[in-house]
Amino acid sequence: MEDAGFILGSYFLTFATVGLFAWRTLRSGRKLADQIPDDDKYWL
Amino acid sequence: MGWLVAFGLGFSPADRDQKESVRILYVHVPTIWLAYLAFVVTAVSSGLYLFTKKQSLGWDRAAGASAEIGVAFVAVTLAVGSLWGRLTWGVFWQWDARLTTTALLFVTYIGYLAVRRLGGSHQQRAKRSAVLGMIAVVEIPLVHFSVKMWRSLHQEATVANLDGDTKMDGIMLFSLFVGVIAFTFLYVWLMLHRTRTMAMEDMLEDRGLDDALVARRAEAANQQNGAH
Repeated sequence: MEDAGFILGSYFLTFATVGLFAWRTLRSGRKLADQIPDDDKYWL
Repeated sequence: MGWLVAFGLGFSPADRDQKESVRILYVHVPTIWLAYLAFVVTAVSSGLYLFTKKQSLGWDRAAGASAEIGVAFVAVTLAVGSLWGRLTWGVFWQWDARLTTTALLFVTYIGYLAVRRLGGSHQQRAKRSAVLGMIAVVEIPLVHFSVKMWRSLHQEATVANLDGDTKMDGIMLFSLFVGVIAFTFLYVWLMLHRTRTMAMEDMLEDRGLDDALVARRAEAANQQNGAH
């Protein structure tokens, strides 16, 4: 069952990398959004 | 993503030649396809920035955000591909044409992101990175067709090949399709959030510059008044 470790590891690696990227983007977005008035947020 | 895990790890059968390691391809292949798409979006957005009259920074931010997501996806492709290589070839890495050109693509776009972080105004950043973004995209056909151009250890394209002959079983092809759809939605979602974050970063930088200018003018006016 050596294969299982590699296969599960590859899925974990994928979701961890993408999840980390998404989390960083959301966190920095929230931090920056607090400093900007809603009128300037053209997407709202 | 849940469907991808269900099909990739559960419903899809083992391959005749690759056995269970074929399951890795349901994340490996979609991530590189989405990375290609991300870098093409970077090039198109760069072109739209450079060659439209308005030269909107929105296109520049779209190019930058797409490149960041593409780099993350290529990193996943390389890491996951090395695990697949260990199971299939017995080694994590081989200086094979496909692997080497993919690593080169990764390094090129790391360079692109580094260029975006050089100093200067937003327009200067946009111009220099747009030129690089349009040049770097030519690496994609080099990566994709490297298995045809050189004698490569990496297998040839099973789905995205020029002769249109898909060499995959139905449920396996469907699992791959689920992966492509899942990562496409993820790409769009990340693009929306990252471009907004970049827009806010630019706004705050502009505001900081405006505040510094106002403070400097006030200081100069005070000095003049003091001299009189």
